[in-house]
Amino acid sequence: MTTQPATLAEIQRAMAAAVMQPLTADDAMQTVAAEGRPMREVAESFIAPNSRLTAFERLEIYNRQYWYRVLDSLAEDFVALRRILGSRAFHRLSVAYLSSHPSRSFTLRNLGVRLADWLLANPQCAGRRHALAVDVARIEWAFVEAFDNADYPPLTVEQIATLDAASRLALQPHVQLLALHYAADDLALNLHKQEKRQTSEAGVQQEEVELPKARLPKLRRRPTWVAAHRADNSVFYLRLRREEFLTLSAIRQGLSLVDALETGFVGSRIPVTRRAAFVQEWFARWAELGWICAPPLESLYPDSPTH
Amino acid sequence: MSGNRFNAYSTHGIGIGLRIPHYAHIFSRKPVVDWFEIISENFMVDGGRPLAVLDQILERYRVVQHGVSMYFGSVTAPDPEHLRRLKTLVRRTGTPWLTDHLCWGSVDGTYTHDLLPLPYTWEAVERTAERVRMVQDFLEIPIAVENVSSYAAFTASEMTEWEFLTEVVERADCGILLDVNNIYVSSVNHEFDPMEYVNAVPAHRVAQIHIAGHSRYEKYILDTHDHPVIDPVWQLYARAIDRCGPTPTLLEWDDHIPSFDEVHNEAKKAARYLQAHAAQAAEVTQ
Repeated sequence: MTTQPATLAEIQRAMAAAVMQPLTADDAMQTVAAEGRPMREVAESFIAPNSRLTAFERLEIYNRQYWYRVLDSLAEDFVALRRILGSRAFHRLSVAYLSSHPSRSFTLRNLGVRLADWLLANPQCAGRRHALAVDVARIEWAFVEAFDNADYPPLTVEQIATLDAASRLALQPHVQLLALHYAADDLALNLHKQEKRQTSEAGVQQEEVELPKARLPKLRRRPTWVAAHRADNSVFYLRLRREEFLTLSAIRQGLSLVDALETGFVGSRIPVTRRAAFVQEWFARWAELGWICAPPLESLYPDSPTH
Repeated sequence: MSGNRFNAYSTHGIGIGLRIPHYAHIFSRKPVVDWFEIISENFMVDGGRPLAVLDQILERYRVVQHGVSMYFGSVTAPDPEHLRRLKTLVRRTGTPWLTDHLCWGSVDGTYTHDLLPLPYTWEAVERTAERVRMVQDFLEIPIAVENVSSYAAFTASEMTEWEFLTEVVERADCGILLDVNNIYVSSVNHEFDPMEYVNAVPAHRVAQIHIAGHSRYEKYILDTHDHPVIDPVWQLYARAIDRCGPTPTLLEWDDHIPSFDEVHNEAKKAARYLQAHAAQAAEVTQ
């Protein structure tokens, strides 16, 4: 029996399922729908043909547009990841990721929000460069967040000087903290620069060029801590000491100053006698960069009624 | 320009879409442009360069917001976060009216990021009009819905596209962003007379007009916004101006974007139709 979507909701669910089903290798619509029915039958159940196009062909236009749009958007945000994996592997990875995590946001800006975590759980998509690929995906997503996240009035050096052990602080939302397996921040930046040069010199759009895997400099695994942040509307990456990274992470989690610092120095090789100097240096830098701000009121009084 | 209540009685003339490749030209040369249309979603962020650029533009130019993801025809309710961000932006830009598409694009919280056509059914009329009303009430500014280009028609449809558009805007009591290029594209893809569409639109509700170019393929036309406006589309525009009177007009150019001057000059071709209409109106008065 042929199922015919009758209500608006049924039509929209049927069309969305067809449109979001991956294309074939030749960029055509698949002939079998996800539920096993012939796609021709699915299309004919709600799309009318005309004198030039069958229902299948008309639906296929939307199927292609969907994939071209989301794949382009992801490629734009993960330029370095694409270079590390090569464009074919990146394409396969993107289709698999977007099939698992179709967009749940009104804006394409958020399309890659889960890519790094998904890649971590799907090592087969990155092959031998898996750990590096996860690092690079995190670095590139951090760029997206740092680029346009909020920037609240920062605490001044004078205000920071008045803090006590119980004070709770917050980090600017544009500050993104990254714990990496490799010192991959420089690599990602270099790949972005190369990509820009190639695109402009070739004078063609990125999607029209098939890129092989980039030849990479020899990289050794080395735990690396990085902050991506925004200054003067540009995004920068800054290397951090492990202790500084842990302290900032604890501040972001809402720990009091004393607890954040204690967390920061867990397992640290920095002698106790020198720690105060480090903390002073960090706070001076954070104040200069405007990274520290007041926490939102609701985080300080979570049990208070909201209006 | 004569205005109506769907464009806040605006005096906006001919505008162009604000696009990143033109930023440097706009900020260095400060060209005279009557108004810019911005894509709302590009600025619904919390900070950084997008908002800094927008604030610079707002210092010098009038801006009207155009959205691509409200999906008035989607059956699932809009994301409250989306509405909240949109309202924040509306307050920032002071847009006198706001436009988005008469289409759907999300279902059960999953987004296709496409402007998908609606089946022209009475159920779709009711649901879409209800959503337009709700968004209009929430944003507290006039909304105009844009007819989309489409490549597929539905077996369930019970009326023509222009009948559907009319029913929705009457029930929602909202304006129309009449895209004459989209009418042309759809007329080829669905084999109808585009002039019949323009003649049927409730003219008093037209708040704004879009013009654009498109790409022709062997069996259909795609609305690519990457070419100059073709003559048949100018003819539809002329007829729309005849019926609606001088109306805020915007040229869309989104891909293979040429220089600022080329885009602006293409948009300014609309002036000849607006002037012809004004001359005609003057003759009638005499």
